[in-house]
Amino acid sequence: MARTLLDKVWEAHTVRTLPSGQTQLLIGLHLVHEVTTPQAFQMLKELKLKVRMPERTFGTLDHIIPTANQARPFADPMAEEMAAQMIRNSKDFGLPLFDLDSGRQGIVHVIGPELGLSQPGMTIACGDSHTATHGAVGAIAFGIGTTQVRDVLATQCLAMARPKLRQVRVEGALSRGVYAKDVILTIIRTLGVKGGVGYAYEYAGPVIERMTMEERLTVCNMSIEGGARFGYVNPDQTTVDYLRGRPYAPQGAAFDRAREWWMGVATEPGAAFDDVKRIDGAAIEPVVTWGINPEQSVGVSQPIPSPESAPEAERPTYREALGFMGFEAGRPIKGTKIDVAFVGSCTNGRLSDLRAAAEVARKGKVAKGVRALIVPGSQQVAKAAEAEGLHEIFQQAGFQWRKAGCSMCLGMNDDKLQGREVSASSSNRNFIGRQGSPTGRTLLMSPAMVVAAAINGVVTDVREMLA
Amino acid sequence: MTTDIKRSRIVGRGIPLHGNDIDTDRIIPARYLKAVTFEGMGEHVFEDARKQNPEHAFNQATYQSASVLVVGENFGCGSSREHAPQALMRWGIAAIVGGSFGEIFFGNCTTLGIPCLTAAIADIEWLQRAIGRDTGAAVTVDVDTQEVRCGDRVIKARIPDGSRHQLLSGTWDSTAVLLEGGDAIEATAKRLPYVSGF
Repeated sequence: MARTLLDKVWEAHTVRTLPSGQTQLLIGLHLVHEVTTPQAFQMLKELKLKVRMPERTFGTLDHIIPTANQARPFADPMAEEMAAQMIRNSKDFGLPLFDLDSGRQGIVHVIGPELGLSQPGMTIACGDSHTATHGAVGAIAFGIGTTQVRDVLATQCLAMARPKLRQVRVEGALSRGVYAKDVILTIIRTLGVKGGVGYAYEYAGPVIERMTMEERLTVCNMSIEGGARFGYVNPDQTTVDYLRGRPYAPQGAAFDRAREWWMGVATEPGAAFDDVKRIDGAAIEPVVTWGINPEQSVGVSQPIPSPESAPEAERPTYREALGFMGFEAGRPIKGTKIDVAFVGSCTNGRLSDLRAAAEVARKGKVAKGVRALIVPGSQQVAKAAEAEGLHEIFQQAGFQWRKAGCSMCLGMNDDKLQGREVSASSSNRNFIGRQGSPTGRTLLMSPAMVVAAAINGVVTDVREMLA
Repeated sequence: MTTDIKRSRIVGRGIPLHGNDIDTDRIIPARYLKAVTFEGMGEHVFEDARKQNPEHAFNQATYQSASVLVVGENFGCGSSREHAPQALMRWGIAAIVGGSFGEIFFGNCTTLGIPCLTAAIADIEWLQRAIGRDTGAAVTVDVDTQEVRCGDRVIKARIPDGSRHQLLSGTWDSTAVLLEGGDAIEATAKRLPYVSGF
């Protein structure tokens, strides 16, 4: 019988079936960062346990990192303490850490693929819900809590129930000005924020197959926003070409052997899925969220929907969202005034995102009164962007060029919304309070759309600027 | 680690929280993740939502000793932060009944011994009304029989078999169980081409 990638990877990593019926699943790559691990390391110390496979564990600093002045000690004493703890724990347990002076520090989901740590056929876990990102290379990658981080540190395993598998096919072709971000936001709007609960998503179809690796990373990143704990794309030539030459990818003859194995884990033709959903790629237009969860979005040419247009069960959430946002149903989303523009995050903080943003930034200057930040996803992304002169394009257009970190995606450093500010953001969550102000408002969109909004001071259809 | 305590039945006063898609950022805002322990998390549960809404259930004196949280659909979606169930637990929540749960949140609750049971939305709404009306009413969350009881009413509820087994056997905190895998862990790793260097 034809098998799926999920079948093969799950089976290869099964240590045994637990008395609970769950699988004891081996984790091939464990990524750790400063926010969700200190309690896990502490528990490990109390239990007098070592890290089971330190060579399969890698750390970085990302969530609390300041992006303006990174001189130690950090101005925020709590951020400094968390960084210091992470550095100490890495040392105490013998784990490699991509610290600020490594040249390789960055958002954990940017550096994993970038360094070639994340590879096809792996199981990858990290104490962060956006771990699904790494599924883009053909891995089973998912977020876990801190107690589970301790489990992986101590045993290199997790107790997991296997999810069902849904194939999400994006058919046809995208039009100009439509990006991977618009694809995933459309998938989430179509299937719902809880549509993926109990499922893993296999992204497939011509649009996904034609995507670059960085575009696939953007799609898989937001699987959790659609309720799916993980999502993946089958490895193909794009995957192999992406991984070749990366520092932690196999080299030389080992790479050729790896290639064979990687291609072999892909879903076989004729494999059965628990469900299949189809999205028409040609119908996707640039997407903007209008509400307080990532499902509440419209195409940029569309009006903000009314609660009455929603299924009855969704209407209270629609009303709550409109009330919080201070938006009026029926009004076009285009033209909505913004105060802040943010390009960055594990969703859209890679070189191709910055290139797309720079293409639009060349066309104007940040509108008066708009605070605009470009935050590269990693030190290597920053270096590559600077080598191309992208930072100058941004600075000349009035954007602040910052250092790598999670930044305003979740406002754990100094980069926060103030009061009721409205942010055009390339990040992944428009939850109430997400960007650091309890009353701040977030409109999710692609990096190119963020820059277009920054220049005009209002939500803009980027296609008009690209024409 | 494995504990002798088994979570087969939790009895306590209920607290209703209306609304769907309540994310973990709302349960505990990110600024409280700047901490190296989980201590004190309970004080900040729903902090911003409570400030913005004085009527928030967690503000009401009558619910201060409640331990069974009754929620809508997709509760705990979003961020994987264990700080969310830690905050709820430290506030006093010992079991949650809802329409559906964000999966990472559900897993985190299980690892803390907090059963999360799902039930039909009509039953959830009935239960929320019942504990809204009679704030002292006892709610029984029965993990073993997969029922939620309040007054005379018995609600059919569900919890996945694996989590149910973990809670009933006292093995929800799984490090000890996983350690029992022993050498099979290394043996499984060795069979993987990417571990052995292709």
